[in-house]
Amino acid sequence: MVMAQPLAGEREVAASDGPPPIQIENLQKRFGTQPVLRGVDLHVGPGELMVVIGRSGGGKSVLLRHILGLVRPDAGRIVIAGQDLTRLRGRALDRVRERFGVVFQGGALFDSLTVLQNVLFPIKEKSRLPVAQLLPRAQEALAQVGLADMGHKFPAEISGGMRKRVAIARALVTEPKVVFLDEPTTGLDPILVNSIHHLIVTLHRQFNFTAIMVSHEIPEIFRIADRVAVLNEGRIRQVGTPAEIEGSKDRVVRQFIQGEVETEAR
Amino acid sequence: MTIRHATDAALASIVDPAQQLGRATVDTLSAMGRFGLFLAQALFWLLVPPFKVGQTLQRISFIGARSMSIILLTGGFTGMVLGLQGMLLLRRVGSEAFVGPAVAVSLIRELGPVLAALMVTGRAGSAIAAEIGVMRITEQIDALTVMALHPMRYLVVPTIVAGLIAFPILNWVFDVVGIFGGYLIAVKLFGLSSGTYFGQIQAFLSTTDIWVGFWKSLAFGVVVTWVACYKGFYVGHGAEGVGRATTESVVLASVMIFVLDYLMGSILP
Repeated sequence: MVMAQPLAGEREVAASDGPPPIQIENLQKRFGTQPVLRGVDLHVGPGELMVVIGRSGGGKSVLLRHILGLVRPDAGRIVIAGQDLTRLRGRALDRVRERFGVVFQGGALFDSLTVLQNVLFPIKEKSRLPVAQLLPRAQEALAQVGLADMGHKFPAEISGGMRKRVAIARALVTEPKVVFLDEPTTGLDPILVNSIHHLIVTLHRQFNFTAIMVSHEIPEIFRIADRVAVLNEGRIRQVGTPAEIEGSKDRVVRQFIQGEVETEAR
Repeated sequence: MTIRHATDAALASIVDPAQQLGRATVDTLSAMGRFGLFLAQALFWLLVPPFKVGQTLQRISFIGARSMSIILLTGGFTGMVLGLQGMLLLRRVGSEAFVGPAVAVSLIRELGPVLAALMVTGRAGSAIAAEIGVMRITEQIDALTVMALHPMRYLVVPTIVAGLIAFPILNWVFDVVGIFGGYLIAVKLFGLSSGTYFGQIQAFLSTTDIWVGFWKSLAFGVVVTWVACYKGFYVGHGAEGVGRATTESVVLASVMIFVLDYLMGSILP
């Protein structure tokens, strides 16, 4: 079993043009009396595509929300490009977030904006350039996800798969160094799942960002992940390459990836 | 063992309600603190450029222009009711000449700001709470946050500013239409002379009355939009949560309008 181990020295890496590493140390969170994260340790290398898998309600999305700074942990650290996100507030946190691209589970597209306006939105709001100069960039991002001719439609007028693609285009239009994807293929048919996965891998290679993706798509994610982390009962149970996870001897990991129904006490 | 259990049960019956009361008090106080802090944050972001002019104009259109028909209708009928009751009552004492000031002062000082605010609460306040609530549960507010674009600036500040601009205008429209509603009844139905109706209004109505109505409408504009944004922002889960937030925003804003109306009525000249 390969346990999550922090790599010495990388914590001090300063913000640079390259994709930064992500270091999570002893992250703990409790909602009321319910512990959700019981000490998560995880290291994601620069430019790595890490897929976090685990049972529903196991804390995967909560972990992601901590990394995004949407939830404050009870204990632990999240270090990205040498900065501990759990200690940052206000403008300092925003400066780190400006390097993020996020694909939410439901897409989180703005209902009142067209598809093109959704993709244009993050660059328009951050740039002093006129919209006319930014428009080609948004159109190119849409073209990259195969939706060049859908810009005029509203999110409610396109399919679930298209919405996910638009969300990916919106996340990548700012050329982020770190990308988070929260179950980007949930609710899609197998063909669309493969198509979205292919798109993610292509864009990951093209833009070279560090990525954490939360997913349930087993075994499909083994074909796209650089490494896979198994989150179980609020802790990282195992981290390894897809081959290591697929060949794991750990009973819980095997049970999860083979989809076995739990019949015996652990 | 049995005695100890009985003692524990007796103790629990005293401590549990006390704990529940304590918890409820802490929850209520913390919700009130969060509610106040929400407005303080909005006022802070109100002063921080860049200002979202486009969103503010959209909100003014949504709160103001789209509420106009209901304001015209309710304002007109309110004035007609005041005119009718005023005429019936004042005729008994031979003072029907004062129906104009009765209608105008009641509308401008009290009924105009309060009823216009209640109408807008039902039409626009509920819709704003639902819209922001849906944005919350579909992670659109989180998306704004992780884009390093503060939701307060994009959603809350334009709504409150729109309330500050739209409410006084709607209030004036309500007052003017209401006064003409009263005119229809007093002059056209009861045969009071037009000069008496408007002349007495001119004689009795002071600028203080107009200022009182203005300050009230400003305050109600803040209250309605603040409550709607807050309830949407801290919505519960799913469609049920959005439904509850919408209802709570209408109820809370309506109650606050009446409380504030009384407080301002007793403080203002």
